[in-house]
Amino acid sequence: MVLVFLDQSEGQIKKASYEAASYAAKVAEQLGKSAEAIILGSSKDDLSALGKYGIKKVHTVSNDTLNQFDAQIYTKVIAEAASSLNAEVIVLSNTTTGKAIAPRLSVRLKAGLVSGAVALPDTSNGFTVRKSVFSGKAYANIGISTSIKIISLNPNSFTIVEVGGNAEIAALSATVDAPKIEVVSVNKVSGDVPLSEADIVVSGGRGLKGPENWGLVTELAGLLGAATACSRPVADIHWRPHHEHVGQTGLAIAPNLYIAIGISGAIQHLAGVNRSKTIVVINKDPEAPFFKAADYGIVGDAFEVVPKIINAVKKIKGVA
Amino acid sequence: MKILVCISKTPDTTAKIAFSDNNTKFAADGVQWIINPYDEWYALVRAIEIKETDPSTVLHLLNVGNAESEPIIRKALALGGDEAIRVNCDVNDSFTIASQIAAVAKEGNYDLIFTGKETIDYNGSSIGGMVAELLDLPYISHATKFNLEGNGAIVVREIEGGEETDKATLPLVVSCQKGMAEQRIPNMKGIMGARTKPLKVVEAVATDAYTSVVSFDLPPAKAGVKLVDPENAEELVRLLNEEAKAI
Ligand SMILES: Cc1cc2nc3c(=O)[nH]c(=O)nc-3n(C[C@H](O)[C@H](O)[C@H](O)COP(=O)(O)OP(=O)(O)OC[C@H]3O[C@@H](n4cnc5c(N)ncnc54)[C@H](O)[C@@H]3O)c2cc1C
Repeated sequence: MVLVFLDQSEGQIKKASYEAASYAAKVAEQLGKSAEAIILGSSKDDLSALGKYGIKKVHTVSNDTLNQFDAQIYTKVIAEAASSLNAEVIVLSNTTTGKAIAPRLSVRLKAGLVSGAVALPDTSNGFTVRKSVFSGKAYANIGISTSIKIISLNPNSFTIVEVGGNAEIAALSATVDAPKIEVVSVNKVSGDVPLSEADIVVSGGRGLKGPENWGLVTELAGLLGAATACSRPVADIHWRPHHEHVGQTGLAIAPNLYIAIGISGAIQHLAGVNRSKTIVVINKDPEAPFFKAADYGIVGDAFEVVPKIINAVKKIKGVA
Repeated sequence: MKILVCISKTPDTTAKIAFSDNNTKFAADGVQWIINPYDEWYALVRAIEIKETDPSTVLHLLNVGNAESEPIIRKALALGGDEAIRVNCDVNDSFTIASQIAAVAKEGNYDLIFTGKETIDYNGSSIGGMVAELLDLPYISHATKFNLEGNGAIVVREIEGGEETDKATLPLVVSCQKGMAEQRIPNMKGIMGARTKPLKVVEAVATDAYTSVVSFDLPPAKAGVKLVDPENAEELVRLLNEEAKAI
């Protein structure tokens, strides 16, 4: 059986977890097994709808303690379930939660882990999983030699395949220890799309001259339903918050569309964004290295070009 | 307070990424090695700051690697720390590395174990969590702020679309990223002092690797950029809509 862990945020399943669920169903199909899911804490979502992603059964573990995240406790609960359900492959999404649990599960279940997977495993000869390495500059195919395998899937790396049906829901009891970590507060940037899961990202660099000009980035992002990002110096000089910093030493992302405005395209920046499907570069310097990594580009002044783009987007979106 | 900071050796961020031996090994010829930036800039510097506040703090650095790691260990010692330990081990499997760290940590009875959030070569984000599980300790990953308070710690960690503040007991394992501290440059006194700080080499404990690299490859090159005239920037939106189907 292939078991997928569904990661939630405020009682709602993350988009990355639907990708992981669909991925788990495909892995199960490849192995001739069934795919089931496990979810911890209370959920506001309709869990039977996971059938749509190929999940046969959703195991729910309700316990007040599980409404707050503690990697140690989550690991014990998932490991216990995985053992009693005889899971051979466990799939998680490579989100901050997944990254905290997957390695613990690997130790607890003596199961090899590939984190940051970007494709379905190759099961033709052993069990090999493709992952992104060198911050997106290369890929590695990693063989797992243990009998239980754990895969954590990078967000935006697998296209959801919808099938039909409803998932059965089954309550699972579990031993839940007292947590050693107490969540004091959660501070969400409300209304914004989380950068790691965003389909479209609009990003600005030092070429935008100062934080007062970021309206160009946020307005375009707002119209496109995009998340905003920035280059490292922009975060370092506090024009933008640290969590927007993408690149080799920031967040690595792989949106469908990445629009870079006034960013030179240094190798460390490219490392975090070059897995984006379509890259658009707007830069006044025709020699900017970013153009070599781009699909579409405009050599021009951002302050003249971006307002024109904003107007054109408004037109196709039917916004006055 | 006793702190262990795990440091890894990675290729410089500008290193050419290429592979040898039938694409099974990273081609290391001529590559400049650095301390993994997350380990150096955030984990190590934050630990040094804690020691600066309370000089009775014992700060040990730990690297799992072969003798080629020694220059980066000395560089880390030049930034700070009392002594370093290198576990002589040449294996790249995360579980094997975590097992070595856990063995040293068990022996040393540390209150805090810091790692970087990931290495910039393997991007595993696995070592901290594995070490925590091997030692049965709580773990906070992606920490952006860390402060000791009472008998425990207050830690801010990144979550998707925001941050969470946690209160944790010690001993504790923390993986560190941007926000924890500011990068430092070693000074002359630090560099001179680092030469005489103890660097202990210990032999690896026996473990089984769970994973191994089958092969590496590079992403296909882009077909080339399609340039749009800035006078006609609206055309870009049409292309993104109709051709790339991205908006
Ligand atoms: C170890 C290490 C790690 C690093 N990690 C990262 C990382 O994770 N992420 C990252 O981003 N960087 C990283 N860097 C920094 C990186 O090397 C670059 O310095 C940085 O990405 C440059 O940011 P930028 O493109 O915003 O600024 P600049 O390099 O200053 O480029 C600004 C660009 O804007 C263009 N421009 C100026 N005015 C206009 C205008 N009016 N209209 C249009 N275009 C204009 C210019 O032509 C130029 O290309 C790292 C560096 C090191 C050494």
